[in-house]
Amino acid sequence: MIRFKLNGKDVESKMLPGARLIDSIREEFGQIGTKEGCSEGECGACAVLIDGELVNSCLVALGSIEGQEIVTIEGYRETDRFKVLDKAYMKAGGVQCGICTPGMILATEALLAKNPHPSREEVKVGLAGNLCRCTGYNMIVDAVLQAAEEGDGLW
Amino acid sequence: MAIGKRTIRVDAYDKVTGRAKYTDDLCDKNALVARIVHSTIAHGYVKTVDTSEAERMPGVVKVLTCFDVPNRPIGTAGHPWHLEAAHRDVEDRLLLNRHVRFYGDDVAVVIAEDDVTADRAARAVKVEYEELPFVLDVREAMEDGAPQLHEEFKNNILGHTSIYKGNFAEAIKEEGLIKVEGWYDTPLVQHCHIENPVSYAYMEAGKVVVVASTQIPHIVRRVTAQALSLPWGSVRIVKPYIGGGFGNKQDALYEPLNAWLTTQVGGRLVKLEISREETFYATRTRHAIRFHLTSYVRPDGTFVARKFAAYSDQGAYASHGHGIAAKGMGAFPQLYPCDNLECDAYTVFTNKPVAGAMRGYGIPQAMFAGEAHIDDIAKALDVDPLEYRMRFVMPKGYAENFSMNVNYADSFRECLEKGMEEFDFKRKQKAYANQTGDIRRGVGVAVFWYNTGVWPISLESSACRMVLNQDGTIQLQMGETEIGQGADTTFAQMAADTLGIPFKHVHVISTQDTDITPFGTGAYASRQTYMGGFAIHQTALQLRDKILKHAQTLTRMPSYNLDLVDGYIVRTTDGERLMSLGKLATDVLYSMEYSEHITAESTYQCNSNAYSFGCSFAEVEVDIPMCKATLIKLTNVHDCGTLINPALAEAQVHGGMSMAIGYGLQEKMLFDEKTGRMLNDNLLDYKLCTTMDHPDLTALFVENAEPTSAYGTKSLGEPPTCSGAPAIRNAILHATGVAINETPITPHVLFERFNEENRFERLKEEQEEMQAQPVGAGAR
Repeated sequence: MIRFKLNGKDVESKMLPGARLIDSIREEFGQIGTKEGCSEGECGACAVLIDGELVNSCLVALGSIEGQEIVTIEGYRETDRFKVLDKAYMKAGGVQCGICTPGMILATEALLAKNPHPSREEVKVGLAGNLCRCTGYNMIVDAVLQAAEEGDGLW
Repeated sequence: MAIGKRTIRVDAYDKVTGRAKYTDDLCDKNALVARIVHSTIAHGYVKTVDTSEAERMPGVVKVLTCFDVPNRPIGTAGHPWHLEAAHRDVEDRLLLNRHVRFYGDDVAVVIAEDDVTADRAARAVKVEYEELPFVLDVREAMEDGAPQLHEEFKNNILGHTSIYKGNFAEAIKEEGLIKVEGWYDTPLVQHCHIENPVSYAYMEAGKVVVVASTQIPHIVRRVTAQALSLPWGSVRIVKPYIGGGFGNKQDALYEPLNAWLTTQVGGRLVKLEISREETFYATRTRHAIRFHLTSYVRPDGTFVARKFAAYSDQGAYASHGHGIAAKGMGAFPQLYPCDNLECDAYTVFTNKPVAGAMRGYGIPQAMFAGEAHIDDIAKALDVDPLEYRMRFVMPKGYAENFSMNVNYADSFRECLEKGMEEFDFKRKQKAYANQTGDIRRGVGVAVFWYNTGVWPISLESSACRMVLNQDGTIQLQMGETEIGQGADTTFAQMAADTLGIPFKHVHVISTQDTDITPFGTGAYASRQTYMGGFAIHQTALQLRDKILKHAQTLTRMPSYNLDLVDGYIVRTTDGERLMSLGKLATDVLYSMEYSEHITAESTYQCNSNAYSFGCSFAEVEVDIPMCKATLIKLTNVHDCGTLINPALAEAQVHGGMSMAIGYGLQEKMLFDEKTGRMLNDNLLDYKLCTTMDHPDLTALFVENAEPTSAYGTKSLGEPPTCSGAPAIRNAILHATGVAINETPITPHVLFERFNEENRFERLKEEQEEMQAQPVGAGAR
């Protein structure tokens, strides 16, 4: 039995320690906002925060996260920071098909938590691990910069 | 008015919160899991499949092989059905194939209780093959004696069409002509939507239900029913949100197989989700096309005669087939009209993954070749390539006989002028002339041509349903699909304006369910805003008529003195709001005398097409010793008619430009010559653009309202992918003087070409000259 914190709640997984974190999140706990695009850490669609660090959950063995705190989009969307981010993403047009969006939003949080006032170039570096085929990234980068400005003091 | 506003997408909130449900999110977690066993040879016959070890594994429910499937060949292309057999797609594959034709072909399927068991069992299936020689190169495949993929297509030629005009042989006898000739190669690339193809199937009430990530639910229903020899009404396809498609999901991919699998396990729920690797090699690709172009021009630049040959690599099965090369060829004589033409396009089977529809459908390939060639002509004539285009690109008023398209405005020149100005093209062009040194900059331009929809080749028909609620809001249902492009939002904007209700009062039902949703052929050919627009316009007027008739009863005013404005019944004589639409809807529905659920539904058949045009301007920096071309700036200008939602239009253009940059500089599927196996079937080795790979993008528009269109719009979804790569290529030519006639223009390609053109030696000579000169002389 592996115990960890998922979106603020203490949970116990019945899956094997070698199971992937993404499967536990999606199948055991029904948090379907975490998406899977490549299953080998290349696309970032499954990104979650583990103790505040951005991690591709398809590459994480469940046994390695005992006692740690996992935040997915379902938990993050309840925060004040999200309420700035969601508006910025919607207003800037950073959403198209939406499959990369939850991972992108969590990557944005990870970036802004470390660097609340990033330059355009720093935003690009911060999101470089998250692939999007729809947007060409421009409007996503715009969204992050807008959020950083509008959410001044939150990060 | 809702049209023309930068309205936020109707699905944006659900998507940012992660609440939007895609196929895999909806599937019951107890579903059986299917895994496909793919061939490990490029060509041959399956002799035996030993399933015994797999079947013995606990948790394995069933193993099915190419010896079990119905002997009913299917055509997978997402084209509308045609009543005449001659116009139907080639049916050349079974659900699983004994005659395997590429490395990765589908041979068997394991159905198991869970993922891990399914994976293990699929690996335990042993397939014995009788190997045949295979061919990977499109020109070699056409030679006599080459391995034959499909018996009925001699020399592997799936299709060959021509456009001949005037007298080429006579015309080139004219004295003083300049001949420009070149081979241009485009690569095999993949769509790389982030959501891999996924579906799940089960049986309910005697029907086979498939929930799938598809762009074309109504077409997939037909293909699935055909594959299983079922009445079409016995198949139900449901399409929720999808994580990108770009044409790959404009094919019946694994939905027919998934449907068949559930019938083999008593209708139990079976999920078929493929991996990223399988998505690369076992779904569809963009046709790699080799072009040979020849132009004879007079010293003043006028075209005398032109020759076009295209050899399109179809891969192993027909899918969309010759349509792609034929479309690319169709653009050639229209872009730069010329009296004497010989055009031939061939589509040829090879033992490679199957090429299908991909954003641009032959035009990115044809524009790369055609627009590179235009710069080659300009270079041969020593004229400015932008000015050359301004002079000779399709004139205003140009009409085309087949599509009946007319170039109503002078879109090309307007787009070129707008882009030139924003880009500061002329100044840069001058500034970058005569550079020396290792690092050089250059600017390039390319134009594109695009149609809207598929008329007159195929059916163009779209149906729409509007249902009025008691509160005056409506449900809008379309067979046309939201695939990330923002269709639902633009549909809502159109419906709101034509009906006369606020945008927020339109609830678009995003999910298509072929049992419920009106017919529409789906997301392809950049057709939906145009075609769907007709159906929305017509249906909204019908609903409005019904509403105003009831309004006459309720207000005792003649309906011709009434209007529906912003959700209110308004008396037009004095502008007085008489009642809200919500009150009218409630009063009518619950009336004890004339109760009616006010709805409207109609089909619009479209017998027109529309030209969409634009161009790209690129600026590059080329590091000659490092053989690296870096894109500094890219600007696209489009005339797609009236913009329904400028923010969404810009978003579409950005995405397409990014794809074009990948096409020009990074992306290529690589194959092992010895086995035919794809070498880079993952997102690490296949170089999809990341945030770091290109500069900020600029999207500009010229809005000439399209007169054939309900809302003045025409195609935009695909056009942004069409002209970026040749503009980059032409910028590299401007920077270095070296013509690169293939994409992607990677350091490997540049190294070879710079070597061929002695660029490294020249640099050395330059440096020696510089050293011989006093300090401070020489540029840079």
